[in-house]
Amino acid sequence: MLTLAKLDIHYGHVHALKGVSIEVRDGELVTLLGANGAGKSSTLMAISGIVRPSGGSLSYDGVDLSTASSRQIVGMGVIHCPEGRRVFGSLTVQENLRMGAVRRKDAVRDDLDYVFSLFPVLKDRMRQTAATLSGGEQQMLAIGRALMAKPQLLMLDEPSLGLAPIVVQSIFRVIRELHRKGVTILLVEQNVRQALAVADRGYVMASGTVVMSGTGAELRNNTDIERAYLSSAPGTGKP
Amino acid sequence: MTPLELLLQQLINAVSVGSLYALMAIGLAMVFGILRLINFAHGDLIMVGSYVALLLTTIGLPFWVAAIAGIAASTLAGLLMERLAYRPIRGAHEVSMLLTSFSVTILLENLAIILFRPTSRPFPAPAILRGVIELGQLRIAGLDVIAIAVAAVLLASLTLFVKRTNIGISMRAASQDLLAARLMGIDVNKVIATAFAIGSLMAGVVGLLWSARVGKVDPLMGFNPVLKAFVASVIGGLGSLSGAVIGGYVLGALEILLQGLLPAALTPYRDAFVFAILIILLLFRPNGILGSSEKEKL
Repeated sequence: MLTLAKLDIHYGHVHALKGVSIEVRDGELVTLLGANGAGKSSTLMAISGIVRPSGGSLSYDGVDLSTASSRQIVGMGVIHCPEGRRVFGSLTVQENLRMGAVRRKDAVRDDLDYVFSLFPVLKDRMRQTAATLSGGEQQMLAIGRALMAKPQLLMLDEPSLGLAPIVVQSIFRVIRELHRKGVTILLVEQNVRQALAVADRGYVMASGTVVMSGTGAELRNNTDIERAYLSSAPGTGKP
Repeated sequence: MTPLELLLQQLINAVSVGSLYALMAIGLAMVFGILRLINFAHGDLIMVGSYVALLLTTIGLPFWVAAIAGIAASTLAGLLMERLAYRPIRGAHEVSMLLTSFSVTILLENLAIILFRPTSRPFPAPAILRGVIELGQLRIAGLDVIAIAVAAVLLASLTLFVKRTNIGISMRAASQDLLAARLMGIDVNKVIATAFAIGSLMAGVVGLLWSARVGKVDPLMGFNPVLKAFVASVIGGLGSLSGAVIGGYVLGALEILLQGLLPAALTPYRDAFVFAILIILLLFRPNGILGSSEKEKL
């Protein structure tokens, strides 16, 4: 279980996260919603050890993540698939997938076959460099690369951003399939309707705080969500 | 000499000089690719290795033992440089990193001046490096043959390393996107240390070949090679490994070409012509031959 309690993040003088408390239980699909600059990506960056919290506590399965290195965190099966895909453009698809499994010592053959079964196009493009892929294919590669790490908790940051509707559908299909397989998922999305349709629970963030939480169904029926999006202050920036 | 022989002769010279530039440029490119640091102290690694080799031969060790120790000393110095000077300021502004590399240069060069005196000392190259092979009218220096062969072996090994091994692929991944590399659990410290180790090892090799070529060592001997390596990596596209290699050979060819074509009165100004050509090249291809116009990373 992932537990964030009263987590604070400062970037210099900017107070980006103000006492955020979030819980993700094993096997859950939890979504994190909110406008740009609400603190969603900062939250993920803190969980994956890239940004150090300035206060509060952050733990996974009882282990304190606020002092662990990103390497150790990956080793615990907490995998962060970052916003904007960030595939290694000059590396081939195959090499990108290999990098996903770079921390693992066990055999990765089955996981590779699984990624190819989810995204057959990656198999066809195995020897191409990632830079030659379309945006949708790059997102598939980014998710595939994260899956190669054998995640227990998979964090997806805006996986549908800027993709054609048909690609968004197939990305969400894969998210549902991973959820069904028992992978714990923390999903950051701007696509509120889609995210709440697949999520067990959700949190809505604005200006660095959690302003609302509930089950997917509860949040779906809550018209205040729109307001939370509009009220968020710009300028808190992303790391 | 027939024109063909002349061409061959100059080609060998160009490839030999280019090999040294290429090996030097790789060290700069690997570090720049990951850290955005232009490590001007890279040239001083040449000096460190050459002095260690020189001192060991003067106490009577055979040249090959001294050479291996010299290369090892360069590698170690490069690793120490990373650990002591660059790791503490990692992530700092590029200008701060550049200034740090100047500080390291000044420190190492002055240390060498204190330890070994500012005057140059003759470098005892073994017979195989001083020898000349005569093929008809062609006179091929043993040094050129060895420089070309050594560079070929090192470049082939490096290619295999960065294409086949996990740490090699990690290195390319880290130079593409350091944040994504960290999110994959890539050991960034290990990757950076490996980049320094490989670059420094190559600098050590270049140091021996360079010292044998000019016949002497002195505390400031690293300046010219690092400047040339910098130019080579800019020609090729800063940060790109294959660009650094291509840039090294292009620079070597350019120098030999100008040496042959310029009237005797102008050959002392050869480097000025080389830099003028560099400026013209950069006007048309600001990111070098292989450089992409990709936007800066975070």
